[in-house]
Amino acid sequence: MKILVPIKQVPETSNVKMDPETGTMVRSGVEPIVNPLDLYAVEEAIRLKAKYGGEIIAISMGPPGAKKALQEVISMGCDEGILLSHRKFAGADTWSTSYVLAQAIKKIGKFDVILCGERATDGDTGQVGPGIAAWLDIPFSTYVSQISEVNKDTITVKRIVENGYQLVGIEKPTLLTVVKEINFPRLPTLDGKIRSKKIEIPLWGPEDIDAKIENLGLKGSPTRVVKISKPKVSRDGEVYKPNNEKETEEVVDRIIEFFEQKEIL
Amino acid sequence: MEYKGVWILGEQNKGIIQTVSYELLKRGKFLSEKLGVDLVAVVLGYQISPKELNKLIHYGANRVIYVNDQIFQNFLPDPYINSIMELINKYNPEIMLASATSTGRTVAPAVAVKCHAGLTADCTGLDIEEGSNNLIQTRPAIGGNILATIKSPNHRPQMATVRPHSNQPLEPNPGNVGEVIYEKVKEKNLKSRTNQIAFIEMKDESANIQDAEIIVAGGKGCKTEESFKMVRELAHQLNGAVGASREPVDLGWVKYPHQVGLSGKTVSPNMYVCAGISGAVQHLAGIKTAHNIVAINNDPNAQIFQVADISVQADLFDVLPILIDKLKDRKVG
Repeated sequence: MKILVPIKQVPETSNVKMDPETGTMVRSGVEPIVNPLDLYAVEEAIRLKAKYGGEIIAISMGPPGAKKALQEVISMGCDEGILLSHRKFAGADTWSTSYVLAQAIKKIGKFDVILCGERATDGDTGQVGPGIAAWLDIPFSTYVSQISEVNKDTITVKRIVENGYQLVGIEKPTLLTVVKEINFPRLPTLDGKIRSKKIEIPLWGPEDIDAKIENLGLKGSPTRVVKISKPKVSRDGEVYKPNNEKETEEVVDRIIEFFEQKEIL
Repeated sequence: MEYKGVWILGEQNKGIIQTVSYELLKRGKFLSEKLGVDLVAVVLGYQISPKELNKLIHYGANRVIYVNDQIFQNFLPDPYINSIMELINKYNPEIMLASATSTGRTVAPAVAVKCHAGLTADCTGLDIEEGSNNLIQTRPAIGGNILATIKSPNHRPQMATVRPHSNQPLEPNPGNVGEVIYEKVKEKNLKSRTNQIAFIEMKDESANIQDAEIIVAGGKGCKTEESFKMVRELAHQLNGAVGASREPVDLGWVKYPHQVGLSGKTVSPNMYVCAGISGAVQHLAGIKTAHNIVAINNDPNAQIFQVADISVQADLFDVLPILIDKLKDRKVG
């Protein structure tokens, strides 16, 4: 079974700066990590490989430093990594990003399943997974919380939606975006770390994936970030510091009054 | 080509139009009136009653485009995406809105790729730019640390998913008149490469935190699975859903569907009551659009107090039992 895992390197969300000119993120000076939600896709790939055999290729589009993210998932158990990095890719929105990843997947050739994280914790869109499936014109499923069965031509998965779980059968090859509930990601092993340092990670640019230049980067992106602002954080609410039971009771009365004012009681 | 009209994707479950769609109609009405164009609700479903479809008109749609087919009984990506594509290609709307629900967030990105549209996820603000008539979309990003304003100046339709419950529907007006078009799509666009084998309804309604008006959430400060039950009890007393920060989920006190925040769900309840949650950025990202927040935490420096309307700096083990008792007393009295 050939499994592909597109991953993204993201900044730690608690420490982010934006370029007010372009509206894109300033990545320098921020410790980048593998998108935490991608680790569930990586883990699931490793488990599928353990059960059905095969190989796992991780792919990432990003700056040259995103190689580190690929090394990290290789040290968890992915077999290979491919880095898509070129200045023409820079500033891509989800439309253009999913195009580049889909072109790279076409270049890789035959596969059984693509596993994606539900979304990245920086952009927080969840659009690239379904976007890749649309470019490749393959069936897909989102919010997958369990892969129940893998057969020759189909995969059965459970998806978690607002009011329950939907069990669906999907034709292969397919793309699945997985949620956190699916597993518990392992840590990299020492052997894995050593291997990840030795393994060659090919670097692909637009020509390697036969990409149309007009679909790339900021220029190839339909959306434009026109303004970035800091949301107002503080609500200037009421603050209570009860020191004894009587005061606590008074605070509780205020809370109940607040519930009444907001018409929830 | 001329693109005209504002569309919303209406969602239905077992033939009942979902509240999120009425919320979208209010957003759409604001935009369509500014542009001076029609507001159209597109619904894919099976045997939806004319009465139900007419509600969309009462809630603000000038027109409803309805495709009736058995395949739409359950949500499957292929027929949804391909049917919507066929309708977009036929009518050329300038704006297409969907709810940022599991369905909307699955369908919209694939449609956007296929019709070369810009798509903005999980918007909390929408407006029309004067002069250019471009759609101006505002959304929180990077864990809610920033608000980004986004537009798609050169591509049509302009697409956005809208955060559920980030606004209230209009008051329905039964006097509104409009047209319901029963549309047929090509047979090939109704085919699906996925099939539903079963649907397991969520038995525990308290887990449906995205639709909840009231959420009571607990965090690490609850200390044990046993004492987390106070959170459940308070939720029960308020007829609310049960939420949690990451730790209680990781520790197994409560299941993942209850998790609020960056790696869980984004919620917009009328009332969010939280106890023992410090308010890490990741958690705050999930409650930015909660309308009212009551926070109980014994750490006076907890970040959660920055966003709370009522901050109670006290031990939750002192406050919650009294709150629960008083609420019980009210019911009896």
